Amino acid sequence: MGVLTCAAAITYKPLQRVFFRQPIRGDLQSKAEVVISDSAELPRKSRHFHHNTFRFFHTIMSKRKAKDAHLPIGECINQVHQILRKRFCHQQLPDKPEGLEAQHKHLVELLKRTAVHGESNSVLIVGPRGAGKTMLLRSVLRDLSEETEVQKNLLQVHLNGLLQTDDRIALKEITRQLHLENVVGDRVFGSFAENLGFLLDALKKGDRSSSRPVLFVLDEFDLFAHHKNQTLLYNLFDVSQSAQAPLAVVGLTCRLDVLELLEKRVKSRFSHRQIHLLSTLTFSHYLDRVRAQLSLPDGFPDGKFVEEWNAAVTTLCEDKSVVEVLQRHYNSSKDFRSLHMLLMLCLSRVSVAKPAITPADLLDASRLCVADAKANMLHGLSILELCLIIAMKHLNDVYEGEPFNLQMVHNEFKKFLQRKSSSLYNFEQPVIMKAFEHLQQLELIRPADSSSAKTQREYQLMRLMLDHGQIMEALQKYPQCPTDIKQWAMSAFA
Amino acid sequence: MKYFTRLRVKRIYEWRGDPLGFNRKLKTLEYGSLAIRVEGLPQTTIIKTGQHILIEGDDNDNPYVARVVRLFADESGEQMKAVVQWFVRVSEVPPSKLKLLGRDPHPQEIFFYEGRNCDDEVDAESILRPVQVKHLDTAAPFPESEDKETLYVKLSWDSRNFRDVDSSLVESAPPRPPNPSLPPSPPRCPPAATPASRGPGRRALPTPDPAVMRRAALGDVRYSRGTASAGKATTEAESLHSVTKLSSSKCLSAKRRNATERTPGVRKKLQLCSPDETAVLREDVLNRLLEEELESAGAQAQRLASSPPRSPILTHSLTPLRRTNRNLSSDHSIHLNPSAISCRNQSLSEADSPPSPAGDDSSSPQPGEELEAHLLNGAAETPRRRRRETPRGNYATRKETRTTTPSRRKEAQPGKEPVLAVLAEEENEGSPTLPVAATRSSKRKSALMVSSRIKKQLNLLDVQEDLNSDDDDEFIPSKKELQSSSEEEEEDEDVEEEEEEENGPGSDDEVVAKKSRRSSSSAGSRTPRSKQKTCSSARTPRKTPRKTTPSTPRTPRHATPSIPSRSQPARRPANVLEEARTRLHVSSVPESLPCREQEFQDIYSFVESKIMDGTGGCMYISGVPGTGKTATVHEVMRCLQHAADVEEIPAFRFCEINGMKMTDPHQAYVQILQELTGQKATADHAAALLEKRFSNPAPRKETTVLLVDELDLLWTRKQNVMYNLFDWPTRRHARLVVLTIANTMDLPERIMINRVASRLNRIAQHSSALLRQVAALSGDARRCLDICRRATEICEHSAADLSAAGLVGMSHVMEALNEMFSSAYITAIKCASTQEQLFLRAVIAEFRRLGLEEATFQQVFVQHQALCRVEGLQPVSVSEGLAVCQRLGACRLLLLEPSRLGVLQRVRLNVSQDDVLFALKAD
Repeated sequence: MGVLTCAAAITYKPLQRVFFRQPIRGDLQSKAEVVISDSAELPRKSRHFHHNTFRFFHTIMSKRKAKDAHLPIGECINQVHQILRKRFCHQQLPDKPEGLEAQHKHLVELLKRTAVHGESNSVLIVGPRGAGKTMLLRSVLRDLSEETEVQKNLLQVHLNGLLQTDDRIALKEITRQLHLENVVGDRVFGSFAENLGFLLDALKKGDRSSSRPVLFVLDEFDLFAHHKNQTLLYNLFDVSQSAQAPLAVVGLTCRLDVLELLEKRVKSRFSHRQIHLLSTLTFSHYLDRVRAQLSLPDGFPDGKFVEEWNAAVTTLCEDKSVVEVLQRHYNSSKDFRSLHMLLMLCLSRVSVAKPAITPADLLDASRLCVADAKANMLHGLSILELCLIIAMKHLNDVYEGEPFNLQMVHNEFKKFLQRKSSSLYNFEQPVIMKAFEHLQQLELIRPADSSSAKTQREYQLMRLMLDHGQIMEALQKYPQCPTDIKQWAMSAFA
Repeated sequence: MKYFTRLRVKRIYEWRGDPLGFNRKLKTLEYGSLAIRVEGLPQTTIIKTGQHILIEGDDNDNPYVARVVRLFADESGEQMKAVVQWFVRVSEVPPSKLKLLGRDPHPQEIFFYEGRNCDDEVDAESILRPVQVKHLDTAAPFPESEDKETLYVKLSWDSRNFRDVDSSLVESAPPRPPNPSLPPSPPRCPPAATPASRGPGRRALPTPDPAVMRRAALGDVRYSRGTASAGKATTEAESLHSVTKLSSSKCLSAKRRNATERTPGVRKKLQLCSPDETAVLREDVLNRLLEEELESAGAQAQRLASSPPRSPILTHSLTPLRRTNRNLSSDHSIHLNPSAISCRNQSLSEADSPPSPAGDDSSSPQPGEELEAHLLNGAAETPRRRRRETPRGNYATRKETRTTTPSRRKEAQPGKEPVLAVLAEEENEGSPTLPVAATRSSKRKSALMVSSRIKKQLNLLDVQEDLNSDDDDEFIPSKKELQSSSEEEEEDEDVEEEEEEENGPGSDDEVVAKKSRRSSSSAGSRTPRSKQKTCSSARTPRKTPRKTTPSTPRTPRHATPSIPSRSQPARRPANVLEEARTRLHVSSVPESLPCREQEFQDIYSFVESKIMDGTGGCMYISGVPGTGKTATVHEVMRCLQHAADVEEIPAFRFCEINGMKMTDPHQAYVQILQELTGQKATADHAAALLEKRFSNPAPRKETTVLLVDELDLLWTRKQNVMYNLFDWPTRRHARLVVLTIANTMDLPERIMINRVASRLNRIAQHSSALLRQVAALSGDARRCLDICRRATEICEHSAADLSAAGLVGMSHVMEALNEMFSSAYITAIKCASTQEQLFLRAVIAEFRRLGLEEATFQQVFVQHQALCRVEGLQPVSVSEGLAVCQRLGACRLLLLEPSRLGVLQRVRLNVSQDDVLFALKAD
C-alpha cells in the first residue's frame, strides 16, 4: 500500500506542475511542443527565448521565487535521457574514480614520473571485467593532460590485444602511432624485421633526458603474451629497463595469473608493479552509488526539475522491493556494467507521461535481466518438440547424462503415447526427424562428439544442453500446455 | 665458390732473380722482387719492395692495401713471405670512428696504418697486384678524376685517431732503382686506367710522380693485355680472368656511384654518360657466351669467323670503356714512362709486335685480340694494329679513335657478313637488359624478352629505388664464366670491338633500361662488398620478377629511427628519494657489479687472452634471468675497450646481438653483418658473407668479439645458426670470440644436436662461466632493484603525510615486497560477489562429491542451487549462473572450456582448494 502511494506521489507532482503552467504559457505552449518534438538538440536561441519568457511570466504571475529557469517537461526528460545515457554507456568519465582513489594516485604519480623525469616504468592494472580499469587509466590520462608539461611531452601508443593479434601488426601500429619516419601518410614501410629494427633503433637513440617519453597502453595485455616469443613484450620491457628512450608500459588485463603467462626473461624485465582493482564495495555503498548514478548533476538547467527528480530517486532507492532487487544484483555481481544495463532499461521507460523511475520499472527490468535465455527459447517450441525435450530429459535421468540418439528419444516418446496420451497422436518418423533437427539448430541439443558426425542421423549421439530446472520452468509458463504432458514431465514413470 | 676458383686456378708466384741476401738470424732469403704469373699465361706482374700492392682479404672488391717493405723466403725457399706496411681503407675503419675524420671520407681514400695489432707479415701468395697510391696534403682537395684506380693517402690511422702523414712514408721510393737492364718500353697509360681491378672502380689519376707511375705501370702488368699480346699467344685464360673481373668490378663501381646519387632522375642521367654499363652488358654477353663454352672450345678460328652474332653486343658494350681509357691516356701521356718490363721478360712473340702500353691495354682487350688476329684472322688485323697504336701514341683523343674505328669496322665486316642476320637476333636475345643470371639460367628468348621488358617497365614506374637490393646477383659473373676457357674470351673481345661501333647507338634504349634497373638494384647495396656478397650468395631465382610485385615496401631511405625530443627538458631529481630512485632504476649503470667479481674475472681473462693471441673461441654463460649476465659482459667489454684505448691490448671490435630482438633466428646474420660492416643484406646473403669473412685467411683483422644474448632463441630445426656461431671461432683465421648467453645451464646438451654441441665443447670446455643465483628469495637483481624503488615511493607517500623527510626503512621494503609477491587470488576471492563465492564453494563441494578435480557446469550448478537455498538466497537462473561462472573464468580463478558448450562445459579450479576455503572463511 505504501508503495503505491509513494509511486503516485512521484508521478503526481510533475503533472501538477504542468497543469499549473499551462495557462500561463498560453499560446507559447504550442511553440514549445514543436521545438521539443523535432528534436534531439534544441537550438540554443529558441531555448533562450523560452527561458526568458518563462522567467518573465514567472516573476510576474507567481509569487514563487524563481531561482532557475524552467524548461518544459518534455525537454527536461530529453535532457535526463541524454545525461544518464552518456553515463550508462560509459561515454563520459566520472569526475573522480570512486573507490579507486589510491590506485588513481599511484598511477598518476607513476606516469608523471615518466613524463616529467623521464623514468621508465612498467605497470599492470589487473581487475575483473567491469572493475573500471580503462576508466581509471582514462581518468588518469585526463588528469595528466591538464598539466602542460606532461601534455607536451608524453607520446601515447594505444594497443589492444584483440586488434593487434600478432607482433607484426602491433609493430606497424606502434610505428604509425609514433609517427616515426618510416611512416608515410598512414602507411608503414618495411618488413617485419625492418620495422622491429627501426623501432628498436629509434628507442635506443633516445635517452632519458632529451627524448619524449612514450606511454604504451596495452589493453587485453594477456593476449600479447601469446605472441610468438613475446618479442614485443620483451623489447618493450627491455627498453623500459635500460637507459634508452623513457617508456611507460601500462597493461590492462582481467587475468589474475597474467604474470605466469610471461616468459621468464620477459618477466624478469617487468617491474612487477601491479595495480589491483578489486572492489570491496559493501551493499550500502552500492546503494549510494546507484543513487548517485541516477541523480542529475547540479548543472542541469531546470533547478526545480532536478530537485524533484533527485527526490524521486532517493525515494526509489529506499523502496523495499527496489532494495531487494538491487541486493540480488549486488549478490550476483558488484560491477557497474551490469547495473548500468539494469538502469538503462529503467531509464528507457521514462517519458513525458511518466517522468520518473518507478519501482515497478526496476522490477520489470530486473526480471528481464535475470531471465533465463534457454527457458525463454523453450516457449517458442511446438508441442512435439517440447515432448522430445521431455523425452530427452527422462533419458538423461535414466541413463545419468549419457548421450542419446533420435531413436531412443522416439521410443521414449512412443512409450508415452501408448501409455497415456489423450491429446497427442503418433507422428511420422520424418516429422520427428525434422523436429529433432530443429532442436539441434537451436542448440538445445548438440552432438556428443565430432567423430560421430559420419554416422546416420538417427543414430548420432546427442546431449541435451538444458538443465532440469529450465525445462520445468518453461513447462510452467508454456501457454496451453496439455496437462498430460505436464504430468509426464513431472514423473518419468507416470 | 667462384672466389676460390678464381684464386686457386690462376696464380703462380715466383721469385725473380737470385736472393739478394741471406738473413742468418732469421734464416730467411731476401729477395728484391716477386713475379706473379697466371698459369699458362705469359704475362707477369712484378712486385718489388717499396711498391704498393693489393692483398687479398675477406673482401674481394676491397682488397687490402699495403706497401711492400721486404720480400723474403724461408730457408727452403718454399714459404714466400712479404713484410708490408698496411694501409686501411675507409671501409675498414669502424663507422663509429669515421666521425673523428670530421668530413666525409673520399671513396678512394686510404689511411696509413699505424696500429700495432696487426701482423705485418703476409703470405706472398695473398698478393694480388700492385696499385697506385698517392699522397695528398691534408688540406688538398681530392683530385676530381674519373680514375678510380688510384688511392689517396692523407692521414694515418692508428685505430684510435687520424693523424697527418708524411708523404715520404707513403710514396717513398723503393729501396732499389728499377732494374736498369730492362729495355725501355713505350709510354703507357697509368694502370689505374684499368677498370679491371678487383677493387671496385678505382681509376688512375694523372700523376707526375715517376716512381708511382712506374710502380703503377708495373702493377697492372698482370692484368694487362699488352704484355700478353707482346708475349705469348696464350693470353686467353688471363684475359678472360681480367675481363670478368673488369666487368664485375666495373659494374660495382657503377653501383657504388649510383648509390651516391639520390634522385633517380639524376642517377639516370649520370648513368647515361657513364661508361660503366658496358661492363654489365659485356658480362651478360659473356655469360651467354660462356654457356657455349663447350661448343666453342678449340674452334677459335672458325668461331671467329662464324660467331659474329655475338659481336654486336660485345662491341657495343665496350665502347664507353675504351673511351675512358683513351681520355686517360691522352691525359697522362706526358708522364708515362717506359716500363713494360715484365712483358719483356716473358714475351715470346715480342719481335713481332712491340710491347704495347701495359696500362692502357689492361683495360682493353686489344692485345689478346691482336694476337688472335695475327694468328687466325687476317681480315681483322689491320684495325687492330691501328688501334693498338692509338694508345701507344698517347695523343689519341676520342675523336681520333672514333675516326679509326669505323674503318676498322669496315674492314672487319666483310668476313662476318654472312652471319649478320643471326647477329641481330642474338642481340635481341642476349641483349644488355638481361641480367646475367637470367641469361645463364634460361636461354629461352621469349622468357628473356619478357623479363627484360618487365624490368624496363619497372624502372620507368618505380621510383622507390631499393625494392630489390638483392638482385645484385644478376651482375655477378658466374662460376662458369670464371672457369671458361680463354678462347672464348678472346673471341668475345674481338667481337666486342667490332660490334661496338655498329650497335652503339642502336641499343641505347636498352642500355638505359639496364642502367636504370641497375640503379634500382644498386641503390640498395652501396657497399663495396656487394660483389663478393653476390658471388657467395645462393643463386636462388631472384631474377624471377619478384620485384614486379612490390610486396612490402622497404623502409624509406631517409628515415632515421628516432623518437622526437622533448619540448621541455626532463626535470632533475629534486630530493634524496628521487635521486635514489634514479640510481635504483635498472637502467642505471652501476660502477661495480658486486658478487660478480669471479665471473667478471673469468670472462675478462678469457676474452683478453683471445684478443692478445689473435685467436678465436667461444664461451657459454648461463644463469637465471636478472642475475647480471649481460651486465657482466658489458662491464667486461667496457674494461677491455678501455684497455684497448690505452693500448694495453690490441684494438678489437665488439658487436652484440640479441635473440629476442629479432623476428627470426636467421636475422642474426643480418644483424651481425650490419654491425660489423654496416651493410644490409638478406639473411642468406649475410650468412654467406659472414662465412666468407670468418673463413678467409685475411692477414690483418681485428679480433671481433660477438655477444649473442638469448642464445636459445636462435634455435632452428637444422640448428645452422647456432652451428655457425660456434663454428666460426674455430676457423683458423677468424679471430672471433663468441660469448653466448642463455638461461639454461644445459642448453648445449639439451637442444643442440651433436654437431653443434661438439663445436661448443671443443672450445668452451676450458672455460665456462656460470652465474648462479645469489639471493634466496629471488636472484633477480632487477626485481630487487624494483622492490627498492617501490619502497622509496612508498616512503615518499608516507613521508608526505607526516611532512617529514623519511628514510627508507625496512617496513617500506617489506611493504613493497608484499605488494609484489603477495598473490592476488585470495584478495580477489574475498572481493568477489556473494554468488561468485557461492559458486566457488559449489565447485569445491562438487569436487569433493565426485572425488575429481573437474566437473561440468551442470553438476556444479546443482550444488550452487542447493547452497543458495541454504544461504537463504533466491536461486539464480542458469543464465545467471553461467555469467557468474564466466566472470570467475575471466579472472582465471576457474579454468573453463569454451563457453559455447553451455551447461556442458567443464570447470576446474585454478587456485588450490585450501586457498579458496581460507579466503572464504576469513570473511
